[in-house]
Amino acid sequence: MIYLAIVFLPIIGALIAGLFGRIIGPRPAEIITTGLLIIAAVLSWIVFARVGFGAETARIPVLRWITSGELDISWALRIDTLTAVMLVVVTSVSALVHLYSMGYMHEDPSRQRFFAYLSLFTFAMLMLVTSDNLVQMFFGWEGVGLASYLLIGFWYQKSSANAAAIKAFVVNRVGDFGFMLGMLGLFFFFNTLNFDPLFEAAPQAVGQTFKFLGYDVDVMTTLCLLLFMGAMGKSAQFLLHTWLPDAMEGPTPVSALIHAATMVTAGVFMVARLSPLFEYAPTALEIVTLVGAVTAFFAATVGLVQNDIKRVIAYSTCSQLGYMFVACGVGAYSVGIFHLFTHAFFKALLFLGAGSVIYAMHHEQDMRKMGGLAGKIPVTWAMMLIGTLALTGVGIPHLGGFAGFHSKDAIIEAAYAARLPGDFVFWTLVFTAFLTSFYSWRLMFMTFHGKTRAEPEVYKHAHESPWVMRIPLFVLAVGAVAAGFVFAPYFIGDLYNEFWGKALFTSPSNHILHDMHEVDEWVFWAPFVAMASGFALSWIYYIRAPWLPAATAHAFQPIYQFLLNKWYFDELYDWLFVKPAMKLGRLLWKAGDGAVIDGTINGTADSVQWTTGRVVRMQSGYIYHYAFAMLIGVALILTFFLRSLVMTGGAGQ
Amino acid sequence: MEIGIGHYLTVAACLFTLGIFGIFLNRKNVIVILLSIELMLLAVNINLVSFSAFLGDLVGQVFALFVLTVAAAEVAIGLAIVVVYFRNRGSIAVEDINMMKG
Repeated sequence: MIYLAIVFLPIIGALIAGLFGRIIGPRPAEIITTGLLIIAAVLSWIVFARVGFGAETARIPVLRWITSGELDISWALRIDTLTAVMLVVVTSVSALVHLYSMGYMHEDPSRQRFFAYLSLFTFAMLMLVTSDNLVQMFFGWEGVGLASYLLIGFWYQKSSANAAAIKAFVVNRVGDFGFMLGMLGLFFFFNTLNFDPLFEAAPQAVGQTFKFLGYDVDVMTTLCLLLFMGAMGKSAQFLLHTWLPDAMEGPTPVSALIHAATMVTAGVFMVARLSPLFEYAPTALEIVTLVGAVTAFFAATVGLVQNDIKRVIAYSTCSQLGYMFVACGVGAYSVGIFHLFTHAFFKALLFLGAGSVIYAMHHEQDMRKMGGLAGKIPVTWAMMLIGTLALTGVGIPHLGGFAGFHSKDAIIEAAYAARLPGDFVFWTLVFTAFLTSFYSWRLMFMTFHGKTRAEPEVYKHAHESPWVMRIPLFVLAVGAVAAGFVFAPYFIGDLYNEFWGKALFTSPSNHILHDMHEVDEWVFWAPFVAMASGFALSWIYYIRAPWLPAATAHAFQPIYQFLLNKWYFDELYDWLFVKPAMKLGRLLWKAGDGAVIDGTINGTADSVQWTTGRVVRMQSGYIYHYAFAMLIGVALILTFFLRSLVMTGGAGQ
Repeated sequence: MEIGIGHYLTVAACLFTLGIFGIFLNRKNVIVILLSIELMLLAVNINLVSFSAFLGDLVGQVFALFVLTVAAAEVAIGLAIVVVYFRNRGSIAVEDINMMKG
């Protein structure tokens, strides 16, 4: 019952706010949706305690959904530790974002719609994380995609918001295509899409191959890679990442909820949920690791030079998702989920803090027009500081630190312990930690410190946001500080087995969780050094010698342009996909539709008109013409009858 | 020379053909067309009467009387139309009567 309540309270709120929002007015709609979400969040924590610490698992059938031949899919809630962790993350962040939006969206005329979308998103996300089979997961997957589209395009009067919404939708479709193929493939080979039978059957499929274009292809590797393609789309991984920065066109609370804390982590969740499949596809896992590492590095480099405060955080999110995939890729699923868990707190905190800054600066997002705000909005500054400390992973090895320290350093250690050739992934991640530290502090310094570059009028009126926006910041700040050292023993430490139960699967040969605690001493200190030097360099660049950034950009102009233009991915895709698609569309429009189809129809009509134009001349209006025609007719008929009479020899008589 | 049915039929055919050519070679007057139609009806009448006489069946001659009646009625209506047409258009030349052309 409690599980059903958690899942269905948000949709009730969404329906009330969405269908009756006009009748009940904005204020009740806000209060109803937020209230229901807070209830769901409280229930989620209860569930988390019962499932995580009480080792309870459950499978609650809701209804039979599809039964057709071998396909038997029922709608059920699968409750285990993995689900419980996600429930806590989703409902908590969602409830706080609802609360925050009551302040942030206060002046928006259609905020009932906004709250309905937020609650709808939460419902879809809960559907995703409680799924008991792949079809249900896909339903939630598409549901969050829809909600994301609606919320990115919430300010639909802005054409850039519409374009961003469409881009997010289309890029996600590319990934979903892989997900669909993976799903169909699983059904083809295993005859089921329910998790339990699927996980049982997976070991037998190891080493099986099928013919594709004359090659023998490994079944498990192919299926896992296809499913991972879906995860890449949803989690904005390298090559399918282009939609995430543009998604910042949506309102800031949306960015915090969907594009930082919950939806984009769905891919990581999927890989963890399907760990019994991925464990049997080592090649696929290597690719997951590689994609994660490349994404982490790529997004961090782009984040170095962005000037929009939200875009910096967006690229940071992209980068952190890369970390999570690396953890999953090396087999340390729990570490990935742990980073997901802590990341949700501090990244939501950073986004909501950024929202608070934007609110204070009258919707100015360009960091070049900020600076020196620490004295003006001290609470926001303090909260952003905590978020930054957590993101950069401040902490002393073996002692403890902020949330990001526990989870991110664990990923780096796991990457080292995985002993990949050349330790390429490990060094990438350490270097990325340095970049992360640099751009995070750059954001802090450019926004809050130094001399202000804001318009004097705007700077004078910069003000702290209302209480309803500050409370969520406080709650998230607590999470950003404490989530690491409180939960680390359960997620990745000694209490791993008691906590996770059977939720995550690791094959008997997978000792990564043990090995990562046994790495050399310097490995523990490597991310610390990276983090500290990133901070130091950032301090030199933006506080000590503020002329340095411009000089560096000038000295390394090509690299600077390359990073500023996000590695030219948008241009590349435009040239590679968008332009040809446009050309093809234009061709089909002009040649296919215009010339062939319209041509045929119009040609027929024209020829009929031409013929009748000729035929109509026979209607001369002169009686003797008509009479002549009649005579000809009579003569022809007579001739015909007489002839047939002669031929048959008068048989008619 | 014995006057046989062939002669009667020949006369009737000649009259009929004259009627036909009267209709479409005439370009002058609508009344001529009406007369030509009369001519064709009379040719038919000659056929009916001659067959009636040669086959000894009176039905043909009764039929001829009906045809005469119908012809009279037709001419009455036809001439009435011509009169009305002349009043409206001021001409009954065949060339001018082509308002129904497409």
